[in-house]
Amino acid sequence: MDPFLHLEAVAVPLPRPNIDTDQIIPARFLSRPREIDHGQFLFHDARRLPGSPEERPDFPLNRPEWREAKVVVGGRNFACGSSRESAVWALHDYGVRCAIAPSFGDIFYNNSLKNGLLPVVLPAEAVAELTAQLEARPGATLRVDLPAQTVTFPDGQVHGFEIDPFAKHCLLEGVDELGFTLTFEEDIAAFERRYGRENTR
Amino acid sequence: MAGTAEPPRTMFEKIWSRHQVLEREDGQTLLYVDRHLLHDGGATAFDMLRKRGLKPRAPERVFATPDHYVATDSRRLEEIQDPRHREMVEKLARNTAEHGIRMFGLGGPDQGIVHVVGPETGLSQPGLLMVCGDSHTSTHGALGALAFGIGSTEVAHVLATQSLWQRKPRTMRISVEGQLGEGVTAKDVILAIIAEIGAAGATGHVIEYAGSAIRGLSMEGRLTLCNMSIEAGGRAGMVAPDEITYAYMQGREYAPKGAAWEAALERWRALPSDPGAVFDREVTLDAAAIAPMVTWGNSPEDALPINGRIPSPEDAPDAERREVVSRMLDYMGLTPGTPLDEVPVERVFIGSCTNSRIEDLRSAAAVARGRQVAAGVRAWVVPGSEPVKRQAEAEGLHEVFRAAGFEWREPGCSMCLGTNGDIAAPGVRVASTSNRNFMGRQGPGARTHLLSPAMAAAAAVTGRFTDVRRLMRGDA
Ligand code: SF4
Repeated sequence: MDPFLHLEAVAVPLPRPNIDTDQIIPARFLSRPREIDHGQFLFHDARRLPGSPEERPDFPLNRPEWREAKVVVGGRNFACGSSRESAVWALHDYGVRCAIAPSFGDIFYNNSLKNGLLPVVLPAEAVAELTAQLEARPGATLRVDLPAQTVTFPDGQVHGFEIDPFAKHCLLEGVDELGFTLTFEEDIAAFERRYGRENTR
Repeated sequence: MAGTAEPPRTMFEKIWSRHQVLEREDGQTLLYVDRHLLHDGGATAFDMLRKRGLKPRAPERVFATPDHYVATDSRRLEEIQDPRHREMVEKLARNTAEHGIRMFGLGGPDQGIVHVVGPETGLSQPGLLMVCGDSHTSTHGALGALAFGIGSTEVAHVLATQSLWQRKPRTMRISVEGQLGEGVTAKDVILAIIAEIGAAGATGHVIEYAGSAIRGLSMEGRLTLCNMSIEAGGRAGMVAPDEITYAYMQGREYAPKGAAWEAALERWRALPSDPGAVFDREVTLDAAAIAPMVTWGNSPEDALPINGRIPSPEDAPDAERREVVSRMLDYMGLTPGTPLDEVPVERVFIGSCTNSRIEDLRSAAAVARGRQVAAGVRAWVVPGSEPVKRQAEAEGLHEVFRAAGFEWREPGCSMCLGTNGDIAAPGVRVASTSNRNFMGRQGPGARTHLLSPAMAAAAAVTGRFTDVRRLMRGDA
């Protein structure tokens, strides 16, 4: 996965609460292999007029100032719903490297960490403030600093955020957990001996 | 065994600590997975393994069934029309065969929706740690397991290591006390809970459902309840095992037998949360106050009792909510103030891992019996698995449904998600026993309302949302 350190980029506000993974990528695109560019499916239906390939001009990502956004600023419970990792792939392949929201769907949050997409939880008031700033100046950029665990708003306000140290390490190095876990093979084998055949049947 | 000096523990804590391979100083815990369930949407995880030259560590702990992409009008692979869908089912068969993983295959006697198959085969058991690359894995918590959904990278991780890194979630107890009214089901209880706490109400928490109304639920009801834990944002949902659980488990294919059964019973009896165990959050609901529920918006939290009216954006507490409500009403094609039971439906879907078990079909059939699906309504019944289908047919339920004008179909996820092509047309209003009413969930532009199987059957025979209690009393 791509390492994540710093990011200075355009942020798009998507302020509605409960934006679910079915909206981020509709189910009919889930049978595509990972190699396919999933960016083309991002908000596929939400971006378009009902039953038409035509874009709806009022959808934030369709506005020229926000088209190239690399940060999305969502509402409460962003990316709730299904476990589809393709919701992360769609954002990632589109170019989004960071999602900021007051809260996330748990599975999406975990999935993003595993794909080099940084999920940032900020207090609801801070997200509302950030959204207001972005809406007032479409195309404004913000800065994300993972080592320092801060987000700098367009107006210069700096907000700290929490992240699990292990997840942070993996993001910074661009390493995935699997390789790391395999180094604990002995511990797993020892657990299995202790645990025995219990619960295999 | 817990000594007298040990502090009381929740059921969640007992299962968690039992599966700890190791814990890092920063709180990350490597957990051992007892059972890993797979479905036909999981091909990517095998690709990831292959790329790294890895193999499943414990294939005997992995079980698979195709459900998302199977057709519901045929059991033959060749008859899956869309080559992409067919390929998903084929890939699952190839990947499991290659690695010696048991698959409950299409056309076989045990195939079904993964969250129906797990409990039914006895794979889901009290005290187990279970995962599946599907958010509704919370379902299996109904047996007293700790079960949660994971993404495909994690699926690959579990395949390769039989373990998973997790941070300990918080705990939440939701107690429903008292007696549920006539015609009020587990589906109504969970919709009422989500309406109360919100779609993010349990984020970061594992829910334990408790209270006399929960203990009174059948295993099917508990499965429905736990299934939708994720719709409240919960990491998992669980119900303490009891005599109902043991009676349900006994004799199932993968349930322990003989002396192992006795040993298991002893383990299971020690599982429920100790008296005095502390939860991070407590919520209590009054069972008697819960009515049959129907959702009107695009989040499961947007649920109302059947005697309610479509809300107005004007009544929203703030500007944000006002905007959200008007968008949803627009999408759903609803007018504020309309009584719910005057809203007409065009399609009815009885199925999904929430409500496709035998008891669900019995309760829908009880309403359908001797009645007719209303003119202009297309109603489907999609049993959750082959065993459910066989049982229903042995009881003659399929004849009841057919005589009433319902279509009786083959097991699979079907219209819950529509990945197999079973979708509703844009603008069509669907009364659905599934778990998500998201925009476009049942097809672009489709309008989904969630409700119980009995309420769905009532909608089918009256052509609009109807309080099933009126049909039960015979005054409609
Ligand atoms: S029935 Fe629906 S919710 Fe359940 S596993 Fe299938 S698609 Fe997912």
